[in-house]
Amino acid sequence: MWAQREVYFLTFRSGNEMTREEIRDEIIDILQDIAPDEDLSGLDDKTTFRDQLEMDSMDFLDIVMELRKRYRIQIPEEDYPHLASMESTINYLEPVMKDMQRVS
Amino acid sequence: MYDTIIIGAGMSGLAAGIRLAYYDQRVCILERHYTIGGLNSFYRLRGRDYDVGLHAITNFTPKGARKGPLARLLKQLRFRWEDFALSEQIGSSVRFPGIELQFGNDFELLRSEVYRKFPHQKTAFENLLGRISDYDDLDQASFELSARQVLCEVIDDPLLIEMLLCPLMWYGNAREDDMDFGQFCVMFRSIFLEGLARPRAGVRLVIKNLVRKFRGLGGELRLRSGVEKIKTDNGRVIGVVLENGEELEARRVLSSAGWVETMRLCDDISHVETRQAGQLSFVETISILDAPPSKLGYDETIVFFNDSEKFPWRKPDELCDVRTGVICSPNNFRYERGEELEDGSIRITAMANFDRWVNLTDEQYRLEKLRWYDEISASAVRFMPEFRNRVIDTDMFTPKTIRRFTWHENGAVYGAPYKRLDGTTHLQNLFLCGTDQGFVGIVGAIMSGITIANQHCLKD
Ligand SMILES: Cc1cc2nc3c(=O)[nH]c(=O)nc-3n(C[C@H](O)[C@H](O)[C@H](O)COP(=O)(O)OP(=O)(O)OC[C@H]3O[C@@H](n4cnc5c(N)ncnc54)[C@H](O)[C@@H]3O)c2cc1C
Repeated sequence: MWAQREVYFLTFRSGNEMTREEIRDEIIDILQDIAPDEDLSGLDDKTTFRDQLEMDSMDFLDIVMELRKRYRIQIPEEDYPHLASMESTINYLEPVMKDMQRVS
Repeated sequence: MYDTIIIGAGMSGLAAGIRLAYYDQRVCILERHYTIGGLNSFYRLRGRDYDVGLHAITNFTPKGARKGPLARLLKQLRFRWEDFALSEQIGSSVRFPGIELQFGNDFELLRSEVYRKFPHQKTAFENLLGRISDYDDLDQASFELSARQVLCEVIDDPLLIEMLLCPLMWYGNAREDDMDFGQFCVMFRSIFLEGLARPRAGVRLVIKNLVRKFRGLGGELRLRSGVEKIKTDNGRVIGVVLENGEELEARRVLSSAGWVETMRLCDDISHVETRQAGQLSFVETISILDAPPSKLGYDETIVFFNDSEKFPWRKPDELCDVRTGVICSPNNFRYERGEELEDGSIRITAMANFDRWVNLTDEQYRLEKLRWYDEISASAVRFMPEFRNRVIDTDMFTPKTIRRFTWHENGAVYGAPYKRLDGTTHLQNLFLCGTDQGFVGIVGAIMSGITIANQHCLKD
């Protein structure tokens, strides 16, 4: 399992925090993984994913699952609505992810 | 200790396994048979490759389509559209005495056929389409409405009702005589609104892709490992016991063995009402021809035939009922030029009585197979060109065969009539996927595995 994809470690560091831009890149990477046929270059951060991409509840579950897989972040089901658009997702993840770093 | 144990390496079990292994669970699929695929397995006989079940894969949508079960399952299992190498059907039809409705992967063909042959039913047919697109997949109450009743409310020509029900019942109805309206909608979409296709290499390509992906993700697959008992403690599953006595522990179990069959495995249940099991089983003849069917002037992909105005959908009293059937020609798909199949072949399915077939002696079984091969072929040539003088090899499977590949009670192809759409059972960590959860067919079974894995096995 670990061998075939990039491995992400969770590290705690001071100072060099994960920026909103980095979180955004990470979400784009996840979306690309879940929906390889979507063109994400023109994604508008303020509009919901659902209105721009062909996404259903299964895809939303995958965003949650990918975050767990890559960063060990547990998102409770009642928080899923926070993942509606890029902006709301980043707002929600920023405090959680700021101390994490992706080491490839 | 496994996170999840899955019973059955058919389409649904493998699909569920991929989802769980992808998200790092320790998963083990236990399969009783010595081979994978369940009902949709494959085998080799006298130098030729055969598929057990495959006529066509339903729910075909073209590359790039973003909606529909095919697109969803590819995404969910991280496959590319090309991985299944699907070739579209040439064209199919429903044939009743003196009347035919053609359909293909473009829905307009069926619409124009209905308009032409049932000119007074145009509005009714459009209203039916409205009902179908309004229908919501998940609600158990509307799922269980009677399809016949809904159809009678909307359409007033009984012949059109029978002609629409015929293919949809053949490809996915576990209930005798009537059909759940939910199942009707699901099948209508998957056959008429989406379409039919086939991988040139047959079902083995699908199965091999699924298994390779599952194993590649670290999933464990054990063949010849029938589950004999599901061990419970205080309303929870704690593990399973295999036929060889070995015990395995798991945090949850997902079973594709069927409802009655799974209940019977549970050690906290002493009596299972087997009347709840399905009754509908099939025979299928396979005829290898000395030429492709197109040489006989036959290029239909699938023909659903019925020799009277009323479509009979119930278990026959005799060994078989050949008044209605399905003729499939694996050659009649749009393969790339030069990629046509080597052998011409015709597969014909008819209804069968499980009890009558299993109670035959070996000698009788052999003779009845020969007799019914002839009866079925004779019935089919009323709806297609004569092919019997071109046959160079044959095989046939019966309800006994279906039982051997699936262990379904009564060799019931589509399982029990009552479907458990939410996949739950009396035990909080035992779930059901596959045929008896409600989605049938290859794409249906795969979607079932995915859905139940997502709903019940991933979130904690
Ligand atoms: C003649 C025929 C033609 C068909 N044609 C088509 C077609 O053209 N297109 C289409 O889409 N669908 C077709 N189908 C339907 C399709 O094959 C099924 O709906 C689908 O394969 C069901 O998958 P499943 O995973 O739910 O169940 P199954 O395939 O039944 O898998 C269940 C598995 O569980 C295993 N098992 C059972 N009990 C135990 C136990 N106690 N321990 C361990 N393992 C166990 C069985 O051996 C089996 O492998 C056809 C079926 C038949 C019979």
